Amino acid sequence: MQKRMKKETTLHFSKDLLFGIGNAFLLSIFTLIILYPIYYMFIVSISGSSNVIRGEVSWYPINLNWDSYRAIFKNQNLGRSYLNTIFYTIAGTSISVSMSALCAYPLSRRNFYGRNLFTFLVVFTMLFDAGMIPKFLVVNALHLRNTIWAILVPSAINVYYMIMIRTFFQGIPEEMVESAKIDGAGEGKIFTRIVLPLSKPVLASVTLFYAVGQWNGYLSPLLYLDDKKLYPLQLILRNIVISNEMATMSSDITSMHISTVNIKYAVIFVSILPILCVYPFVQKYFNKGVMVGAIKG
Amino acid sequence: MQSKVMWLKMKKSKELYLLFLLPFLYFIIFKYGAMFWMIVAFEDYDATKGVFASQWVGLKWFKAFLREPYFLTLIKNTLLMNIWELLFFFPAPIVLALMINEVRNNKFRRFVQTVSYLPYFFSVVVICGLIVNLCATDGLINQVISAFGLQKISFLNRPEWFRPIYILSDIWQKAGWASIIYLAALSGVDRQLYEAAIMDGASRWKQILHISIPGISSVISIQFLLALGEILSIGYEKILLLYNGNTMSTADVISTYVYRRGIISADFSYGTAVNIFQAIIGLATIVLANKAARKAEAASLW
Repeated sequence: MQKRMKKETTLHFSKDLLFGIGNAFLLSIFTLIILYPIYYMFIVSISGSSNVIRGEVSWYPINLNWDSYRAIFKNQNLGRSYLNTIFYTIAGTSISVSMSALCAYPLSRRNFYGRNLFTFLVVFTMLFDAGMIPKFLVVNALHLRNTIWAILVPSAINVYYMIMIRTFFQGIPEEMVESAKIDGAGEGKIFTRIVLPLSKPVLASVTLFYAVGQWNGYLSPLLYLDDKKLYPLQLILRNIVISNEMATMSSDITSMHISTVNIKYAVIFVSILPILCVYPFVQKYFNKGVMVGAIKG
Repeated sequence: MQSKVMWLKMKKSKELYLLFLLPFLYFIIFKYGAMFWMIVAFEDYDATKGVFASQWVGLKWFKAFLREPYFLTLIKNTLLMNIWELLFFFPAPIVLALMINEVRNNKFRRFVQTVSYLPYFFSVVVICGLIVNLCATDGLINQVISAFGLQKISFLNRPEWFRPIYILSDIWQKAGWASIIYLAALSGVDRQLYEAAIMDGASRWKQILHISIPGISSVISIQFLLALGEILSIGYEKILLLYNGNTMSTADVISTYVYRRGIISADFSYGTAVNIFQAIIGLATIVLANKAARKAEAASLW
């Protein structure tokens, strides 16, 4: 009897071990599938154009050179759009985070008269989306088209992120707020001196989400901007990578013998570089923030 | 009397109202303002006359859209794209979360998580740029195909390849990120259940089937409801970047059609009518799905 049980557990043990190995193997393949295109893009961008065209580059760069990056950095449209995007990201994120926190704080307070009504008004906009054309008409009517405000303001508050912040605010002990009130602090002071400093984790993750959203923003500029001087990186990126508009770089392409494939991959790589650089550092941080929102929300 | 009490309560909240002022104006102007602009769907909107002086035409544009010969193709493409999403994309993060949850080595686990979240932070233009170049006739995928001696495929010009490319790239980009919520739910499942199962000699496979999956079923059903609510609003940014004349027959969806009619041809009334159609269907599906979930006593949104 005992012998049989032992045999069964060892059988299970080896089966479970096999399960673990198979699982780890499949997950390794999955990570490879994710990482390889990013790596491939990079090695193509720094390889010799003829090697790329002949399809020789697959695991490591061949005839390593940085010509395509040189050609990109000379391109004025791209440089300007890069600066524009940096501006949109900083300004847009600041506006979005402050507006979301300002919205979340009153909605988190139980003594806010009309809280349920306002919460409903806000959440309803999440369920019933007016759609592309009405939004466009609003921006048009306010004369925001072809201004930076069209990028910064119309989608300033993301209701989902706002609720994440509100949920976090609600978790702050009521006693802290009450004692501050007894000390004579007004709501504004409680908000800036107590609630905000205590909410750094959630504010950090929401900041990151808004920043990534602005950095990657494509639809608002596509709809609201016609002036090329205001174009963010993503629109120029689309023109080069998907619509093949490389007229401004054609002289460099012929003189340096770079293929358009080199240029395309180099442009993509330059556009994701900031994300690749920041990502390892913030990764842990936003992970926590998402968990907070996910579990409670 | 009652209004006096109300007034007093409001006065007490006055500082909070002040803080709430800007966000409130934002919602009124941009969200409810957009809802106000929906009335152009019922008129022959003429920008020179303005929204108040334009001719009222009732349901003309709605009828025009419903009678459009192209209407059925658009509905079919939109629904099929979403059904493909529900069938193939929706389970991916669940499977991934269950797999990551089974990893015992913390370092490897963190590595897989870190890598799988990464593509979520790439823009839709970057993703489409990668797709266009990798799927090109001289791109990486076709190089592999021809290395096996097979015929090259012009993926982006073949309508039958549009949906697979769309869904597979979605899985590549978003499955990792979407798995976070399931991983969070899995970490909340009672450890004792697993210990008891191990005592009973249940294999790890059995533990997944009988403990892990039931443990996160409420989260799964909530996510499913949210996905259902979007059934008529597919992420059209990606389609706008990927489709072309050759793939229109499977790629063109309601939103891309609205973009072409409403923005490119400046047909605002027609475009808004289609937007309203979408918004109503979206709201109705989410309400109905929620009702069904409550009836089945599964987890619901409200």
